[in-house]
Amino acid sequence: MPSDYVYHSDFWFEEPEESNPFAAKASYCHGYDVYGQVIAKAGWFEYLLLMFKGERPRPDEAVLLEKLALVLANQGPKEASIRAAMNGGVAATNHSSALMSALAVGSGLYGGSQELEICIRLWEECGQDVDRWKSRLQAPEEDERADIWPAIEHPPGFDPNGDQIPTTLLQSLELLVQFAPKDGALHWLQKQRGALEEFFGCPISITSVAAAAFVDLGLDRDQGSMLYLMLRLPGAAVHALEQRKMGWKKFPFYSSAIELEDDPGPFKQRDEEGGR
Amino acid sequence: MNHEQLLETESHWLTRIGKAFLTERVVMHGKDLHHELDHLEWLHLYLYCILGKDPGENVAKMLNSYWVGTSYPDPSIWPNHVAALAGSVRTTPSLGLMAGLSISEASIYGRRPEVRALDFFYRAGKWCDEGGMLADFVDHEKSLGRILYGYGRPLATTDERIAFTLDKAKEYGFSEGRYLKMAFSVYEHLNTTYGYSMNVAAVHAALAADMGFSCEEYQLILTPCFVAGMAPCFRDTKSRREGSFFPIRCESIVYHGREKRDWEG
Repeated sequence: MPSDYVYHSDFWFEEPEESNPFAAKASYCHGYDVYGQVIAKAGWFEYLLLMFKGERPRPDEAVLLEKLALVLANQGPKEASIRAAMNGGVAATNHSSALMSALAVGSGLYGGSQELEICIRLWEECGQDVDRWKSRLQAPEEDERADIWPAIEHPPGFDPNGDQIPTTLLQSLELLVQFAPKDGALHWLQKQRGALEEFFGCPISITSVAAAAFVDLGLDRDQGSMLYLMLRLPGAAVHALEQRKMGWKKFPFYSSAIELEDDPGPFKQRDEEGGR
Repeated sequence: MNHEQLLETESHWLTRIGKAFLTERVVMHGKDLHHELDHLEWLHLYLYCILGKDPGENVAKMLNSYWVGTSYPDPSIWPNHVAALAGSVRTTPSLGLMAGLSISEASIYGRRPEVRALDFFYRAGKWCDEGGMLADFVDHEKSLGRILYGYGRPLATTDERIAFTLDKAKEYGFSEGRYLKMAFSVYEHLNTTYGYSMNVAAVHAALAADMGFSCEEYQLILTPCFVAGMAPCFRDTKSRREGSFFPIRCESIVYHGREKRDWEG
């Protein structure tokens, strides 16, 4: 007998223990018995794709997602979301707080999930039409209204502070392409990268590679965004833990680098000078 | 080389926002925090921090009424529900309240409707400045399939905050502004034509337009505005049996998906 308040789900079903209606005897994901079969027989990425897409993925799809997860797992301390987590870790904050800061900073329009969402939306709009891409990348907004998200300041999927594609990203793209469908987004990106980078005067970034991989996996912008946020957390976690152990004395404190352009000086001194 | 743009700020950040000269003094937008801003109420200071200037007592009081008027100690409201769950599972206040605040940046309540409503009034004002009729602007927006934030309400047909806010607007001298009048003209048109109600997001945004805030300023100003209602929700569940906040039984997850199937099938 359900209570007066129910939740609806199209993919998750639970059967209660006879002795306790709040405890599950069995849980089913898109019809599959999770604890009876899926955990024993599926890999982590098969299960992820099953949850997100509703069907057992083909083996090559699970491999592509796993390889993408490896690419995204740790972008290093320079990456803003990891640096945010490190700022939490160094002060021995809650682990969840460090990861929350990684999620928040990793959500942005410069290298974050919001940029990735725009890339996936543009894939839906532009497909493999390079001229359409060139046009939409210059004006990717959906409409003229203001929003809680500001307008993106560079062609989405490109790094305006980059000169040429970093070797690590090129290696990632070339590796992912090996596991991607031949007529898919990653292959197209690999072929068109040079022309697009020349056109915009800057290299592609990790968001365009990740977006193409998610498109090849048949994931939409919302699903891709969630996975992008999740799959970047391992590096944030480990770097946060490392800085926690390393200690704050070895961590940058930028105070001396911050220069106040219009410093009015100490208050009492001004008081005396002003004769107040 | 594009990367050369980064060299300038690698070890140097020139700013005018202020600085904490630790052990000595703190400057905030050109004023000494502990000597020149110490008289301000915290919310007034918050406005000064965002705007870089003091908007004056009446603006601060008007906005204070937004915060006060949306401080609901009710865990049925979704951001508060998150704070209540946080208390129920015994996590920390910062995690619970910040998680609640972060989901206040939602599309059907909170920050997106507020920003979109303010932007709507500015665009409507420009339309009218260029000689257009307000009703035509509203109909044009409707014809584009756009949600008119501030009009209609997901869970109710009236909004108890409107009369409260209008009283405050009168008290602090904002009841005759151009955009507030526009908000009611839009309501009359939408109500007559489509049967829409008006909610406080329209009134708040119109008053914000009359006070002259940009959308970014307005979003920052309202970011903490639900937090006062979350604290009691957190404490209420924290003081009760752990895990006892509206528990969900298996059968309360109503399933509409695929029939059971075999992984090997």
